[in-house]
Amino acid sequence: MLSRTAANLFWMARYIERAETAARLLEVGERMSLIPSTGAGNRNEWVPLLQANGSHDGFMAKYRDPVQRNVESFMFFDRDNPSSVASCITAARENARIVRTALTSQVWDALNTAYQELMALERTERSELPLTRLTEWTLRSSALIRGAIDATQLRNDGYDFMNIGFFLERADNTARLMDVKYFVLLPRVEFVGSGLDNYQWTTLLRALSAHRAFHWAYGGEVTASKIAHFLILNRQSPRSLLTSVQGVNDHLDSLARGYGTATIAQSRARALLGGLAELTIDEVFDEGLHEFLTRFIGEVSDVGGAVFDVYLSGDTR
Amino acid sequence: MKQAEFFNEMFEDGAVRASYQGLQGWMGDMPAELRSLKQAEAEELFRRIGITFAVYGEGGDPERLMPFDMFPRVFAQEEWRRLERGVVQRAKALNAFLADVYARGEIVRAGLVPRDLVYRNEAYEAAVVGFTPPRGVFSHIVGADLVRTGPDEFFVLEDNCRTPSGVSYMLENREIMMRLFPGLFRENRIAPVDGYSEELRRTLASVAPRKCERDPTIVILSPGAYNSAYYEHSFLANLMGVELVEGQDLFVEGEFVWMRTTEGPQRVDVIYRRIDDAFIDPLCFRPDSMLGVPGLMDVYRSGGVTICSAPGAGVADDKAIYCFVPEMVRFYLGEEPILQNVPTWQCARPDDLKYVLEHLPELVVKEVHGSGGYGMLVGPKSTREQVESFRDRILAKPGNYIAQPTLSLSTCPTFVGEGVAPRHVDLRPYCLVGERVTLVPGGLTRVAMTEGSLVVNSSQGGGVKDTWVLSE
Repeated sequence: MLSRTAANLFWMARYIERAETAARLLEVGERMSLIPSTGAGNRNEWVPLLQANGSHDGFMAKYRDPVQRNVESFMFFDRDNPSSVASCITAARENARIVRTALTSQVWDALNTAYQELMALERTERSELPLTRLTEWTLRSSALIRGAIDATQLRNDGYDFMNIGFFLERADNTARLMDVKYFVLLPRVEFVGSGLDNYQWTTLLRALSAHRAFHWAYGGEVTASKIAHFLILNRQSPRSLLTSVQGVNDHLDSLARGYGTATIAQSRARALLGGLAELTIDEVFDEGLHEFLTRFIGEVSDVGGAVFDVYLSGDTR
Repeated sequence: MKQAEFFNEMFEDGAVRASYQGLQGWMGDMPAELRSLKQAEAEELFRRIGITFAVYGEGGDPERLMPFDMFPRVFAQEEWRRLERGVVQRAKALNAFLADVYARGEIVRAGLVPRDLVYRNEAYEAAVVGFTPPRGVFSHIVGADLVRTGPDEFFVLEDNCRTPSGVSYMLENREIMMRLFPGLFRENRIAPVDGYSEELRRTLASVAPRKCERDPTIVILSPGAYNSAYYEHSFLANLMGVELVEGQDLFVEGEFVWMRTTEGPQRVDVIYRRIDDAFIDPLCFRPDSMLGVPGLMDVYRSGGVTICSAPGAGVADDKAIYCFVPEMVRFYLGEEPILQNVPTWQCARPDDLKYVLEHLPELVVKEVHGSGGYGMLVGPKSTREQVESFRDRILAKPGNYIAQPTLSLSTCPTFVGEGVAPRHVDLRPYCLVGERVTLVPGGLTRVAMTEGSLVVNSSQGGGVKDTWVLSE
């Protein structure tokens, strides 16, 4: 397969996942803003969300005032923000349009329909668009696209590149969503374990559509450590870091089998997986959640870099 | 001008011509609601498949739908046979001309085509002089633009020897008609067109380069997703099962061209390029081109890769060379041309220029190198001011213009707001030249959707129709 085609498939998947994350972040933000401020004075609940998304400076430069309406504009509609839902859906469709030949008509149809609906949303009066409608639309669209991919795409190298894109992005995004929680609590350590703290953790679970799943998996009291375990180390949780890294590994292995040769991308991914699999949740807290997440995001990015160098750049080896 | 002056392909002397009889009942049975329902369905299908085209230099929706008219255009078998022979004949003569002017130039030596018109032509590529491509074929896909003025009168308006586009519409229009009206296809015996992509693949494989000793790897080279014909490029690549590449995906190393794949470099043998000569190799042609592949021409000339159409093929479809195509048919094939040229005045010649300037309001004037219906004057449809300003442009650079009489283009019934009405049509069939010379039974019919208009170009508001050839 052409390196450029592989790159387009990889980025198409990443953008779809990223759009979904932007919507989930908005959902977290809205829920958190419904409870009283957590700490000294009037900390704004939307600021950590922008920080976790890596777009705080860009937002402040353009909008200044981090109120819900502005954050919504910025994270859903704003084409100047490369991580907004609109930017991501458009970029995903642009990548897909370039590699139409590598996609089934069902996948193209799902993505193109999402794009057409997005254009319709952009023409709709904002007063008629409550935030939940925007976030639910995004989650539904990405589910349709994922479903079309799983149901109709040939299980070839293109399928692997799409899934490597999805899982790398998901690993990165789950880590970032957890980091929001960290930013909200910082620096008031005394809140850890309080009722308020658990309320926020629960909100995080909701944003990851994992609220019910968590109760099925753990039962009993909601504690920070259980939730962190669920989102980092639980193999049953579809968005946990371990599940995501496992997905990256599975599809990299499938590529190596098909191509008959393993590369630095496989060994890096395996090292990351090995490290996670042996970890306990206590060790995560000992290291510090924020420190752990920061390190993890860096390592995921290294795997992505290796995938680019080996497969997507087209550099002749 | 009155409608009666034009040949109507469906009705002749108040009676329905034989080839259209299968459509009469269908047309009569269609209530307005069903029609608009079907039309909406067709548009939905086009939009979902993503068949759109871009119009440059205008605002608005960058991905516009080509207007699709559901009323098919029909050829009887015997009408088509004759057209086919004419198109094949012309495609052979054009290729013989190209092989000649890049070799000994016998037709110029014989004094049949003026020397300067060939060798000083902008489209003449000195870089390929003396090189004969595989099977001597320069133009592998020849698109002829035909118009009809009577039951047996067909004229060639122009030839397209480089990269004629639109074949995806021929194929998709048929697919969509079959989905919308399966009954029509059961009741009428309509020759299929879906063999085109396989025939194209076979044609490209048959011109593999000298150094290729295996099953050739074919690619389509596109300028990229922002090109107006990108849909067609990806559509054809998909149907043929070949990679769609851009210049950045290819590189030259050693004696060959390679593409960058996830498994390392893979050799490429045949390139069906959809970019112009000027852009294919920055080392040989435009140094600022980002679309091409540096060194490609060296590999081509040493027999390491085949480029379709061959660089330099454009000299055969130049509007000034066009006048000599009937001569080519006689000279190279020893046959009389089956298809006629439209009488053409060349403004470069003083006598012709005088005639053109005197008769400007009756004529169609075109730029020699123009395309897409831009930069042309349709005399009878223009205001006095437009005619006068065009006169100044011709006088400023006469060699840049040719003129033709305003043809009475045939009409075909077309769905319009108030029902069915005649609209002017042309036809572009696609002739494939490789080991064999073939033509699928069909083509692209373009229709001027505006009443009375003779300009069918999509960039000027033209639409398309499914084109049927009835089988015996």
